[in-house]
Amino acid sequence: MKIFNNKISQFIMRVLVLVLIFTIVQYLIASGSVSRFYEISLTSMCINVILAVSLSLINGFTGQLSLGHAGFMAVGAYVSVVLTNYYELPFIVGLLGGCLGAAIAGFIIGVPTLRLKGDYLAIATLGFGEIIRVLLQNIDYVGGPAGISGIAKMTNWAWLFGSVVLTIVVIQNIINSSYGRAIISIREDEIASEVMGVNTTNYKVLAFVVGAMFAGLAGGLYGHYFYIIKPETFNFLKSFDILVMVVLGGLGSTTGAIIAAVFITVLTAALQAYPAVRMIIYALILIIVMIYRPQGLMGNKEITMKTFGRIWSGRK
Amino acid sequence: MLELTQQLINGLSLGAIYALIALGYTMVYGIIKLINFAHGEIMMVGAYVGFFSISILGTHIIVAMLFAMIACAIFGVIIEKIAYRPLRSATRIAALITAIGVSLLLQYTTIFFLTPQQRIFPATAFVTQDYVVWGLSISNKDIFIFISAIILMIILQYIIRRTKTGKAMRAVSLDRDAAVLMGISVDRTISITFAIGSALAAAAGVMVGIYYNTINPLMGIIPGLKAFVAAVLGGIGIVPGAMVGGFLMGILETLVSGYGNSLYRDAVAFGVLILILIIKPTGLFGKNTGEKV
Repeated sequence: MKIFNNKISQFIMRVLVLVLIFTIVQYLIASGSVSRFYEISLTSMCINVILAVSLSLINGFTGQLSLGHAGFMAVGAYVSVVLTNYYELPFIVGLLGGCLGAAIAGFIIGVPTLRLKGDYLAIATLGFGEIIRVLLQNIDYVGGPAGISGIAKMTNWAWLFGSVVLTIVVIQNIINSSYGRAIISIREDEIASEVMGVNTTNYKVLAFVVGAMFAGLAGGLYGHYFYIIKPETFNFLKSFDILVMVVLGGLGSTTGAIIAAVFITVLTAALQAYPAVRMIIYALILIIVMIYRPQGLMGNKEITMKTFGRIWSGRK
Repeated sequence: MLELTQQLINGLSLGAIYALIALGYTMVYGIIKLINFAHGEIMMVGAYVGFFSISILGTHIIVAMLFAMIACAIFGVIIEKIAYRPLRSATRIAALITAIGVSLLLQYTTIFFLTPQQRIFPATAFVTQDYVVWGLSISNKDIFIFISAIILMIILQYIIRRTKTGKAMRAVSLDRDAAVLMGISVDRTISITFAIGSALAAAAGVMVGIYYNTINPLMGIIPGLKAFVAAVLGGIGIVPGAMVGGFLMGILETLVSGYGNSLYRDAVAFGVLILILIIKPTGLFGKNTGEKV
C-alpha cells in the first residue's frame, strides 16, 4: 500500500508543479510584464528543449549518431504550415500532420541508413538532412529558396508548454519501458543485445521515428511562431546546434538535454549581436567537453524528484 | 558527343580538386579511423594563406601554393596534437564530435577575424586563357589544376610506396599495436599523416580559389563533404580509391550541372553517398572484412 500511496502522491506532486509553472508564466505573459524579447527567448527555449530531448533519444539512448535532425524539423514545419496556411485546417491538425510527415520521413530515412554504424551513419543522416533541404529549395509549391512567409501566428505558451510536457513524458516513458531497456542495450553493445534476441533494427528504427516525430512537432511550433520558414533555416548547422545541446547535457540523460537546451538558448539570446562569437563558444564547448568529459555534463544521470528529496532531507 | 567530351574535360579539373581533398580524408581515416570533419576547413585556411600570399606579398601562384601547403601542414599537426590526440583512446563518436567542433571553430574564428564576406582571388595571380583544340575549349587554369594535382599525387604515391615514412604509415594503418612493437613511433607517424593530408588540402584550397575565383570562410563545407563522399566512393582508407572517387565525383557533378539542374548538384553528391553506403559500404576498391566479436 505504501508504494501505491507514494506513486500517487508523486504523480499529484508532479502535476501540481507543472500546473503551477504553467499558470505563473501564463499570468506573466497575459499581464504583459514579459517583454517581446523574453517571450521569443521562451519560445525558442521550449522548441529547443523538444528538439534536444527528441535527439537525445536517438543519439544519447540508442547511441546512433544522427546529424540530420534539422531535416525532420523542416519536414514538420513545412507540412504543418502547408496544412494550416494553404488548406486552412486548424492548428492541431497542422501540428499532427507535421509530426506524421516527419515520422514518415524518419521511417523512410531510418530503414536504409540504420544498417550503418557510427560515423557512416552520421554522414548518411547528414546527407539526408541536406537532401531534404535541397528538395525544399526546388519545390515551387512551398516557395523554393524564399520559403513560405506570412504564416499566421498560432503558437502560444499553452501550446509550447503542452508540447514540451508531452515530448518529455512520452520519451521518458519509452525509456523506462521494456522498449527503453532494449534501446539502451543497443547503445551499450549492439552485438551482445542482438545475441540476447533484441531485434536491433526494429528498435533503432522505432527510436529514430519517434525522435523524428517530435522534431516535426518542434518544426510545426517554430513555423507558427516566427511567421516565416525557409529551407536555409534548417541546414546542418541547425542539426549541429541540437547536437551540441545533447552532447553538452550528456549522452543518455533527458534532464541533461533539457538543462543544456535552456543554457544554449540563454547563451544564444545573450550573444545575439555577436553570431560569430556564439559559434566560437559553441565549438569550444564541444571540443572541451569531449576532451575532458566525453560523457557530457550529466553523464547518464537524471535529476528527478528523488534528487530534490535527497537534497531536502540532507541525505546523500 | 563533343559536348559530352567538353563536360568530361570540365569535370577533370574539379575532380582533381576533390581527389586531393579526398586523399587527406582517406589517409587520416586509414590511420586513426577518424572522419576529420575539419579537413574542409584546413582547405579553406590554405586558400586564405594562398590569397594573402598573392595579394599582400605578391608571390607567384606556385609559391603561394607552397606557402599554403607548409602553413597548413604545421596547422594540421597542431590541430591533431591539441584536439585529437587526447581522444585517441576515446570512443569514435567522441572523436567525431570533436572534429565537428574543430570545424566550426575554424569557420567562425575565420569569420570573426576576416569577416564573412567573399574575397575575389586576385586576377593577376593567374591570367586565364582559353585554347580551342578540335572544337573543345580548354582553359589554362584547368590544365594547371589538373597537372599540379597529378604531380602532387605522384609525389604522394612515392612517399607512401617508396620511403621509410610511407612504410611506417602503412604499418600503423594496418595494425597499430604491432607497429609499436616493431619500434615505429606511432605519434610521429600520425603527425606526418596529418601534415601530408593538410598540405594536400591546402593545395586544393588554392586551386579552388583559382577555379571559382572567390573564397570565403564557409567555402570548405561543401567541397569538404563532397570530397568525403569521394573518399567513401573509392573505399575510405584506400589511397588510389580516393583519387578515382574524386575524379568520378567531379565528372558526375559537372554532368549534373551540364545536363540537369545545377540546384540539384549538392543533393546528387549525397545521393551517391547514400547509394554506396547501402549497396557497398566498403566502396569501389574496398574489401569486405567480417565483424569481430
